[in-house]
Amino acid sequence: MTTLFTILFDGVAYGMLLFVLACGLAVTLGLMNFVNLAHGAFAMAGGYICAVLVNNSGWPFFAALPLAFVTAAAIGVLLERTLYRHLYTRSHLDQVLFTIGLTFMSVAAVDYIMGSSRIFIKLPAALEGQFDLFGVGVGRYRLMIIVICGLLTLALQLILSKTRFGSRLRAAVDDPRVASGLGINVPQVFAFTFAFGCGLAGLGGALSAEILGLDPYFPLKFMIYFLIVVTVGGSSSITGPFLASLLLGIGDVAGKYYVPKMGPFVIYTIMIVILIWRPNGLFGRAAAR
Amino acid sequence: MSIRSHILLAAGAAAAILALTPAYAQETVKIGLILPMTGGQASTGKQIDNAVKLYMQQNGDTVAGKKIEVILKDDAAVPDNTKRLAQELIVNDKVNFIAGFGVTPAALAAAPLATQGKVPEIVMAAGTSIITERSPYIVRTSFTLAQSCTIIGDWAAKNGIKKVATLTSDYAPGNDALNFFKQNFTAGGGEIVEEVKVPLQNPDFAPFLQRMKDSKPDAVFVFVPAGQGGNFMKQYAERGLDKAGIKVIGPGDVMDDDLLNGMGDAALGTVTAHLYSAAHPSAANKEFVAAYKKAFNQRPGFMAVGGYDGIRLIYEALKKTGGKTDGDALIAAMKGMKWESPRGPISIDPETRDIVQNIYIRKVEKVDGELYNVEFATFEAVKDSGKTKK
Repeated sequence: MTTLFTILFDGVAYGMLLFVLACGLAVTLGLMNFVNLAHGAFAMAGGYICAVLVNNSGWPFFAALPLAFVTAAAIGVLLERTLYRHLYTRSHLDQVLFTIGLTFMSVAAVDYIMGSSRIFIKLPAALEGQFDLFGVGVGRYRLMIIVICGLLTLALQLILSKTRFGSRLRAAVDDPRVASGLGINVPQVFAFTFAFGCGLAGLGGALSAEILGLDPYFPLKFMIYFLIVVTVGGSSSITGPFLASLLLGIGDVAGKYYVPKMGPFVIYTIMIVILIWRPNGLFGRAAAR
Repeated sequence: MSIRSHILLAAGAAAAILALTPAYAQETVKIGLILPMTGGQASTGKQIDNAVKLYMQQNGDTVAGKKIEVILKDDAAVPDNTKRLAQELIVNDKVNFIAGFGVTPAALAAAPLATQGKVPEIVMAAGTSIITERSPYIVRTSFTLAQSCTIIGDWAAKNGIKKVATLTSDYAPGNDALNFFKQNFTAGGGEIVEEVKVPLQNPDFAPFLQRMKDSKPDAVFVFVPAGQGGNFMKQYAERGLDKAGIKVIGPGDVMDDDLLNGMGDAALGTVTAHLYSAAHPSAANKEFVAAYKKAFNQRPGFMAVGGYDGIRLIYEALKKTGGKTDGDALIAAMKGMKWESPRGPISIDPETRDIVQNIYIRKVEKVDGELYNVEFATFEAVKDSGKTKK
């Protein structure tokens, strides 16, 4: 019985991690209707920035995390202003080709600068190991992931539904022409949203290095996971990808524990079943545009 | 002089240069070095390239009156690339050796070309047993998985490890490692209590490790591709398998010298069987490690040693043939060759053209603040036991 809870705990932590990594993509893909396959590159950037700060410059881990967010967001703004905004009105195929090209460039660039070996972030001792909670093994690092990601999800949901910025963003997405007629600076809203999504990816990258590992192939290796989360969750809200991440995280971990022979296929099976049942994802609406 | 005579003179000079070129070409021995210099296997390529450069710095680039020229090509560990590059090297560049080969499929892809062109293929990294059987022109200076996995199986059974759970990556080398280990470990009276094959692209070991923990073995046998070893060890410690008294054993790939320090103290106490450790206590190795560190600011790993011995094999074979580059003569010269490598005494098995070497049992310990695989037992002159043709 306690094993069941340990598995559940690990699954939730893994799911939360998937969510932080993928929710930026849910925002660009779902809210801005832009296919950004280079999303993983921003995650990788966050991971490497955190690793360099902690390992080489001796920063404390918790100070490096926000910086991973900020730097990834800054790179996001830069690219959005110079490159991405020209593609908002282009076809999805153009967007896919452009962003996948960007992904390959990021892989080559990181390989050149940082080398191809896998690197690890030196964690503070307080985050290492497990402690025992009523017989359930609770990993300290995984617990931290759950706490950080839980708070983040709550904040995101509030920003989108309760703040002025949230309503501006939703208006800009639903009808950019009318929104700009009402005095909303649509390009600015989009730039900010895009940067925020990249920042989240950066933070996710920094958090995931310990569990998923960090090497120059990160954006390609995990692209499929980001896409599954967004596909299963649907892209009209934050709740959808959040529940999808949890479902997939728990499903993946439990599948690998209970039926290791089937392990890697559980996550795909879940996806296929959900998409047959609800083709637009758990919380999807029929395509708006 | 008329314009006509100018042209004649120029043509004459050109003809003279052309006539000289083949004579010059004969004085050069070309080695086509095909390595993964980019992609997931790039660290293998870099180590071997470094080692070849180091050997040539130390021993000069002339052997038996011939100049050695290395042409480096990057195949990114994709066998299609390897095949194309090997063909170009043999047909256009007229190389006398092809060498390198980071992964088994790459070494196999080049094998038919080596046979057709009668060009010796020196395998410096790839580790599946069958490779040397695919062409009479293949010689290997790296290792085979069977060498280290059978030894660790024997050692575990004789050293108080009764129950073992295995965790191996689900691809050909992983399955090889598992089978060779299992065969010797169970023959020695050991029992496999849990057998898990993890997907090659596995992000998170948590559920598999939990399964390992729950099956309560004496030790976990692990083989995952280089690079994932660090993830595995970190999560192994996070889950408290070390505190539960479960040891980690395996072939030494997981504990390669260039990854070891990145793993942190989680790796302490891991027992592996392998051909090389940067901490091997011989004069030849101390010199090699010092020179390598000085030149590349890094520790050499077992891949570097495979490359270092590979280029040495080429040098020695050329010395024996007096600089003759006939493929059959070179292969004949290599068979049975013996020397003292940084890893210890090695030789080329005259029957299989595969390497015969000592396999060491090592334990990860802290030496001068750095992690090293410290050798404590030696199995001498181990041949590859995985050949299908006996």
